[in-house]
Amino acid sequence: MTILILNKEMMPVVKEQDVVPFRNRVKEYATKIGMGLVNQTKLITAASELVRNMLKYGKGGKVYIEVVSKGRENGIRLIFEDKGPGIPDVSLAMKDGFSTGKSLGLGLPGTRRLVSEFDIQSVVGEGTTVTVIKWKNG
Amino acid sequence: MKNESIKVLQKKKTAILELWMQNQLAEEGLREDLMSNDDLRVQSEELLDALLANLSDENLSNAQSSHFDTVLDILAGISASRAKQGFSPRETGAYVFSLKDALIDTLQQEIKDPATVLAQTIRIGKLIDNFGIVTFETFIKGREEVILRQTDEITDISTPVIRVWDGVLALPIIGTLDSSRTQIVMENLLQEIVESGSSIAILDISGVPAVDSLVAQHLIKTVSATRLMGAECIISGIRPEIAQTVVHLGIDLSQIITKASLASALRTAFNMLQLEVVKKRRFEKENA
Amino acid sequence: MEKIPILRMGPFLLVTIQVDLYDRLAENLEADLVQMVSKTGAMGVLIDISAVSIIDSFMGRIIGNIASMSKIMDAETVVVGMQPAVAITLIELGLPLKGVQCALNVERGMDLLRAKIALNEGTPDDYFDTE
Repeated sequence: MTILILNKEMMPVVKEQDVVPFRNRVKEYATKIGMGLVNQTKLITAASELVRNMLKYGKGGKVYIEVVSKGRENGIRLIFEDKGPGIPDVSLAMKDGFSTGKSLGLGLPGTRRLVSEFDIQSVVGEGTTVTVIKWKNG
Repeated sequence: MKNESIKVLQKKKTAILELWMQNQLAEEGLREDLMSNDDLRVQSEELLDALLANLSDENLSNAQSSHFDTVLDILAGISASRAKQGFSPRETGAYVFSLKDALIDTLQQEIKDPATVLAQTIRIGKLIDNFGIVTFETFIKGREEVILRQTDEITDISTPVIRVWDGVLALPIIGTLDSSRTQIVMENLLQEIVESGSSIAILDISGVPAVDSLVAQHLIKTVSATRLMGAECIISGIRPEIAQTVVHLGIDLSQIITKASLASALRTAFNMLQLEVVKKRRFEKENA
Repeated sequence: MEKIPILRMGPFLLVTIQVDLYDRLAENLEADLVQMVSKTGAMGVLIDISAVSIIDSFMGRIIGNIASMSKIMDAETVVVGMQPAVAITLIELGLPLKGVQCALNVERGMDLLRAKIALNEGTPDDYFDTE
């Protein structure tokens, strides 16, 4: 089934102070489509993790917030785009317990568990794009 | 030539309708008990009108063409209403397919060139087959909606949270524990912990048919979430088979308080709350 | 510069987090709290997160750090009032906050701290009630 984009917005995230406004924006959208509190919290936490990664490894970038629909399901899609160094081995980065920074190393796999759909594309030297979707009831 | 056959069909609309109605009325499975012949005629005429009005040489081979939106709407409507009236999917399918015979018979009478008749017959056959499929899809979709609603209802009623004592909650789990069920269990349990201010939750799994590593993981998750809320979680109803599989699979439940029965879990809960259950002394003895 | 206030209540420190924490604010809280524990000789730290709607791995790490740091300075830490949605998310994220004690609300948290300290010090349970 195809995914329709109902609404689209871009937010630049380049410094730490952008994180809280960004999270609030995601929350607004999630509330607007009537997402339940638990799913909202999961989505915003995932967004927070990913935006933090983007600041730490990708030196900031752009985030697209989209309201999407597939069949009778509505959801929020977030696309994180950075022009950072990229990830050499994506499958390794997706393993539980892996981390290059001084975090807990549950960033990407933990984040994937919080959302309904997760996709990561990375080219060394060009940047990384992470796309996540959280369905309203998913 | 091709356009001509469509023109013929459009011109012969009344004849086609008559033929179609005759076919239907002669049909053995005619359901006069569910639908009067007059209603049937109205319904058939509406469908035939929409079909012939939108038929063209380009879309004859393409049932997905947007020209057929009205036809598909009417078909979906017919399928849904017939499902409600108690028609079987076979009867609704036969209704649509009987139109094919009427169309093809008319073509054969009007057009003399056998090659054209054959070519057009195949195309019309395919088109009507596609329409038949639409009625099945609509029928199945209607059923799916019913199933979805029932699934929701089942999840709602199958995860009750019971206050068994001041500060003690019990949650009997019946059936398989998958990840979406675990989410609902967790949400209900944690919410109830907040609302009742309970400090102990008992998760009874006597009604869970089997515990594999995935189910165990869900149980451990639920226990961890309960602890984050500041409450302790006891798992009760560990049957011998479950104990066996848990150990054979090498699942570590040592961080969790587990009890064989709900009764012993409740006893543990009382102990933790420093409560004592004492047998009532008999009245005479008290007086004596 | 915004700051999270740390209140002193007898032998305990009480921190109520009312705003969304961004990284520097959380890091400052960690430093301030450890300073306060040392300065006041507090025996327990109570962190009320009932108003916090999001805890990501960074915040989780700060809370874990505070608990571990206080522990080696001989103070117990109890986190109180976590929202159900936050608890479920933390578990799904794979962050069960091991080593951090939790309680349902401030009152229960206080009870827990008293009990733990009484246990550590070998003092009777009602020792602090007279404070």
